[in-house]
Amino acid sequence: MRPLTEEETRVMFEKIAKYIGENLQLLVDRPDGTYCFRLHNDRVYYVSEKIMKLAANISGDKLVSLGTCFGKFTKTHKFRLHVTALDYLAPYAKVCEVVSSATGDEVKDE
Amino acid sequence: MEGQSVEELLAKAEQDEEEKLQRITVLKELELEFDLGNLLASDRNPPTGLRCAGPTPEAELRALARDNTQLLINQLWQLPTERVEEAIVARLPEPTTRLPREKPLPRPRPLTRWQQFARLKGIRPKKKTNLVWDEVSGQWRRRWGYQRARDDTKEWLIEVPGNADPLEDQFAKRIQAKKERVAKNELNRLRNLARAHKMQLPSAAGLHPTGHQSKEELGRAMQVAKVSTASVGRFQERLPKEKAPRGSGKKRKFQPLFGDFAAEKKNQLELLRVMNSKKPQLDVTKATNKQMREEDQEEAAKKRKMSQKGKRKGGRQGLGGKRKGGPPSQGGKRKRGLGGKMNSGPPGFGGKRKGGQRPGGKRRK
Repeated sequence: MRPLTEEETRVMFEKIAKYIGENLQLLVDRPDGTYCFRLHNDRVYYVSEKIMKLAANISGDKLVSLGTCFGKFTKTHKFRLHVTALDYLAPYAKVCEVVSSATGDEVKDE
Repeated sequence: MEGQSVEELLAKAEQDEEEKLQRITVLKELELEFDLGNLLASDRNPPTGLRCAGPTPEAELRALARDNTQLLINQLWQLPTERVEEAIVARLPEPTTRLPREKPLPRPRPLTRWQQFARLKGIRPKKKTNLVWDEVSGQWRRRWGYQRARDDTKEWLIEVPGNADPLEDQFAKRIQAKKERVAKNELNRLRNLARAHKMQLPSAAGLHPTGHQSKEELGRAMQVAKVSTASVGRFQERLPKEKAPRGSGKKRKFQPLFGDFAAEKKNQLELLRVMNSKKPQLDVTKATNKQMREEDQEEAAKKRKMSQKGKRKGGRQGLGGKRKGGPPSQGGKRKRGLGGKMNSGPPGFGGKRKGGQRPGGKRRK
């Protein structure tokens, strides 16, 4: 588990900014607590500082996940956003489009 | 009035005494276990007071700590005291609790060469007597050491053996032989020691040529050899088809896990601001480097032109072109070039010199 480097943060922010734009700074700077992005096994987790301090006590090979997984960095260092990030991105999404299909309702943000 | 205040004072003094006594005596259900050698007091009482204290048990914890310390100090006061350089000191008993090891167990040392050999052959150590009967002195003497039984060095007569040179000093020879044996023994001892210590650093696994090394070990050995030069491998050439070694760059350093959260947040917000500003940010160092490189290239191009012009007209104009030296030089490079051409000599030999000059000029470029 480690914090992201400058390069990695930039790549990740560029991707997320495509969905939520300037509201990204509300994710970074939250009024109800310090949340941070941490990298573990190429996956980026958005986790509150309290939980991160607890997770630091678990050895790296035994730690499966912490907080919410926003996405992962591929082998060529591109950032792929996961659906688990939806809960945090939905409130700040700029455009919301509801697409209902046979399998169920999907909400698409832009 | 004064009477009242005196009474008050006395009453207060009495109250203080009582309180002190109260403070010193502490009631506990179970007696504490004391290990005064380690200044340790173990409290086995169940912590009911702490459990019903609530979210902030600091006050209860502090009270508990005070009580237990008080009991420990009471015990210390009961120890026998002595006086050491104007200070009264209590003599602590032997510690009873066994503390765990500070450092890990030592690794088993590898066997020495003799031990390996003895194990192979099945040689067990023979028990020898300490004293040996010495005929010469007629008493029991040590087997070795001070005043030993058969001391070679104390002999006053050594027969020259049949095959030896009669002029050789047998005493000196004996001393020399002894020195050599001692040196050999010392060498073997140090080698055994080195082997024992080397085993504790197993990083040099593949670096000794055994003939049975794997590809990775050989690769590693080659890397180590390449880097073991005075300039740490910077000027070592690689074979034509050899690939660059993987993972031999500098190890990346990451920010600490719990670094300053405020600083992290600030950096991220700054990054966001830059991203959102939609203006291409001017990287000052890159811009200046680019400008400097362009200027250098311009200069080099001009110099080349001048040198070409000078060669073409040199044969016809003779000294004129060369003497004038073309447009004013802008830097040391230009002057140096001119200086070189000036040395070429009188124009009469221009034809011959041209041939000689051109490759020289090219080389200078």
